[in-house]
Amino acid sequence: MGRLNESKTSRGLKAYAWLEHRLGLIKPLTEAAEHPTPSNNASWWYVFGSAATVLLMLQVVTGILLALVYSPSASEAWTSLNFLNHNVALGWYLRALHGWGSDFMIAIVLIHMVQVFLFGSYKFPRELTWIVGVVLLLLTLGMAFTGQVMRFDQDAYWGLGIGASISSRIPVIGAQLVHMVLGGPIIGGATLSRFFTLHVFVIPGLLLAGVGVHVFMVLRHGVSDWPMPGRLVRKATYEREYHELTEKTGIPFVPDAAWKDAVFAAAIIFAVMACAFFFGPFGPGGQPDPTIIQTAPKPDFAFLWIYAVLAFLPPGLETPVLLVAPVLGIAAMLLLPLIASEGERHWARRPVAVLMVSVIAVTLGIFTRLGTYTPWSPIMNAWSSDAVPVKYMHDRTPLEREGALVLQDKQCRSCHSLDGHGGLRGPELDSVASRMTEDQIVRQVLQGGGNMPAYGNALNPSETKALVSFLMTLRGDGLQPAIDASRQLTHTAQSDAPASPTHVNAGLKP
Amino acid sequence: MSEFLKHPGESSNDALPPEGKAAAHTRRVFLFKLAVGMNALVGAVLAVPLIGYLLGPTAKKKSGVGAWITIGDVTDFPVGETRLAEFRSPVATFDDGDTAKVSCWVRRVSAQKFQVFAINCAHLGCPVRWFSESKLFLCPCHGGAYYEDGSRASGPPERGLFEYRYRIAGNSLVIHAGDMPTLATQASCKDKPLVQIAPPTPETRSTTWEG
Repeated sequence: MGRLNESKTSRGLKAYAWLEHRLGLIKPLTEAAEHPTPSNNASWWYVFGSAATVLLMLQVVTGILLALVYSPSASEAWTSLNFLNHNVALGWYLRALHGWGSDFMIAIVLIHMVQVFLFGSYKFPRELTWIVGVVLLLLTLGMAFTGQVMRFDQDAYWGLGIGASISSRIPVIGAQLVHMVLGGPIIGGATLSRFFTLHVFVIPGLLLAGVGVHVFMVLRHGVSDWPMPGRLVRKATYEREYHELTEKTGIPFVPDAAWKDAVFAAAIIFAVMACAFFFGPFGPGGQPDPTIIQTAPKPDFAFLWIYAVLAFLPPGLETPVLLVAPVLGIAAMLLLPLIASEGERHWARRPVAVLMVSVIAVTLGIFTRLGTYTPWSPIMNAWSSDAVPVKYMHDRTPLEREGALVLQDKQCRSCHSLDGHGGLRGPELDSVASRMTEDQIVRQVLQGGGNMPAYGNALNPSETKALVSFLMTLRGDGLQPAIDASRQLTHTAQSDAPASPTHVNAGLKP
Repeated sequence: MSEFLKHPGESSNDALPPEGKAAAHTRRVFLFKLAVGMNALVGAVLAVPLIGYLLGPTAKKKSGVGAWITIGDVTDFPVGETRLAEFRSPVATFDDGDTAKVSCWVRRVSAQKFQVFAINCAHLGCPVRWFSESKLFLCPCHGGAYYEDGSRASGPPERGLFEYRYRIAGNSLVIHAGDMPTLATQASCKDKPLVQIAPPTPETRSTTWEG
C-alpha cells in the first residue's frame, strides 16, 4: 500500500516536473503568492482589493453566460431579457447575480479606494498603483453605465437621451459627439450595438489588463505596511524601511495573510448570491418604446447622485459644471499621489484627508438619497388623485370652495402639497397665507418667478379671485395671516396718524 | 558590441573581427529600423479606413440628416389644442425596432399656424408631458416646465422646447425630422434663437423650495 502511494506520488511529481519544465509559470506564481509581507498588514482592512477582483471574475463568468441568450439588437434586446427572466431555466438568477454583482463591485471598489486613501497607501512608491486604480474605478463605472444600457428598457432609452444631451453641451464638437455616442442620428439599433461592444469587449479588456498591471505593481512593491502615526514616508528611506520590516516580521502572504482575503471574498460572493436569490434581477422595466411617454426615467443607483445634481444646478451654470467638474475631479484623483507622495500616512495625522472623505461621502449620500425620491419632479397625477383635504373645506365660503376646485384643476398640486400629499417642488401650501399676503399671492400666481411658472395665461380673473381667496384661508394651525409691514408704514406716513393698535401689534412687533 | 552578442554561436559573424561585427550589427539594426518604419507606414495607411469607419457616424453634415414626413391630417389637430402625434423616424435603420418611433406635440395655433414640439426636454432629453388645464409642458426628470408656446417657464432647461419645421401639404401636416433633438443637434428643428434665460430676477420670496 505504502509503495503504491509512493509510486503515485513520484508519478505526480514527474507530471508536475514535465509540465513546469515546459510552462515555467507554476514556480514563479507560487513564489509570488508566498512572498513575505509585513505581518501588520495581515488585517481585515486589507481585504477589499482582492474581493473586488473576485467580483470581477463573477461578472465575467455571469456576463459570458448571459451573452449566450441575450440579443444585442434594439428590436430584440428587451424581449430577450424577458425571455431570460421567464423562459430560460435559471436565467432570472444569472441576471440577478450579474446585476447585484455589479452593485457590489462598485461598492467594494469605492471602499477599497477610501481605505487606500485613508491609510495613505497611495504614497511612494505606490503612486502609479493608485493612478491605475483610479482608471479601474472609471472603467468599473463605465461598465455600470453601459450595463444599464444593456437592460434595454425605458430607463435605458431615456438614460441614453440624457447621455446624448450631456454630450451635446460640449462646445464645437457637440453634434459630432452626439452622433458618435448614438452611432447615428437617433437612439436605436446602432446605439445598443456600440454600447454592447463597449460593455462586452472594450471595457472588460481594459479592465482585465488594468487589474493585471495593478496586481503586478502590488506584488512588485509589496502590500503597504500598516500606517503608524509619526512614521513618515520618505523617498530616500521608505523602501529600505519596508524591506527591513518585511525581513523582521514577514509572514508568507499565502496562506498567513490571504486567509482573511479568502474568507471575505467568500462572504461577499455569498452576499451577492443571497441578494440575487431574495431580491431577484433588475428589470427590465417598460419596453423601450419612446412613444410611451408616461414614464419617469431614472438611472441606476450608482448614478442617482449625478441625476440629483443635475436637478439643482442653476441653468446658466449647468454646462460649465458638467464639462469642468468631471475633468477637475478626475485630475485631482490622478494627481493626488504625485502631489502628496511623501509624508504622514496615518489618518489621525491627516485631518484634511479624513474631512475630505467625510464631506464627499455625506454629499454623495445626500444626493443619492434625494435621487431616490426626486423631490424636484412634479407629481403629475396629484391633481386628479389627491383630493383637497376635507378639513380645508370646512367653514369655507362658496367662493373659497370654488378656489379649491381651481387649485385642483390647474394642477397646482403637481408641485405644491396639501397635508403632505402632492409635489415637493414648490413650498407646501398648508400655511401659505401666514407667509404671503393676498397681493403677494396674486402676483406670484399670475407672474410666477422663483422657479414657478406664471399662470396669468392659464387663469381668468374669476378663477384667480377664487383661488386666492381659498389660499388665504390656509394659515396652518391658527397662525396670524401675513401682513405687509411696509404698507402699514406708508399708510401711517400718508395719514400722519397712528395706526390701530392691533395692526401695530401684528405688524411691527419683531 | 560584445554586450549585444553575449553568446558565442548565436551569430554567424563569430569569425569576424570586432570591426566586422560592428559593421554587420549596424546593417541588422538598420534593417530592423527599416522594418519598423515599414510597419509604421502600413499601420498609418491601415488606420485611415479603421478610424474612418469608427468616425463614420460623425461624418454626416449637421443639417443633412432627416427628411420630411407626414404626421397626420390637419383635421386631426383642432385649433387651440395641443395633441400628441407619432411617426416613424425617417432616419431609422433595419434594427431599430420600437426605438424608431418618435412622439411630438402638435399645437394648432390657428387654421394655418402650427407649432410642432419635440418630445425631448431641452434640459436632458426626457419626454415632456402636456397639461392642457394648466397650459404647461412638464418634464418628469428634473421638473423643467414650458408654456403652451414652448417657451421656458421654469426649472433647469436653458431654453424653450425644440421645434420641428413643418408645412401643410394638402390636408397633411408634414414635419422635417432627423436627429434626436439636443442642444447641439437641433439643426433639423426650426431655427429658433436660443431662448436664453433672463438675468436672475430678485427673489420675491425667501421660501422657495430651492432656497
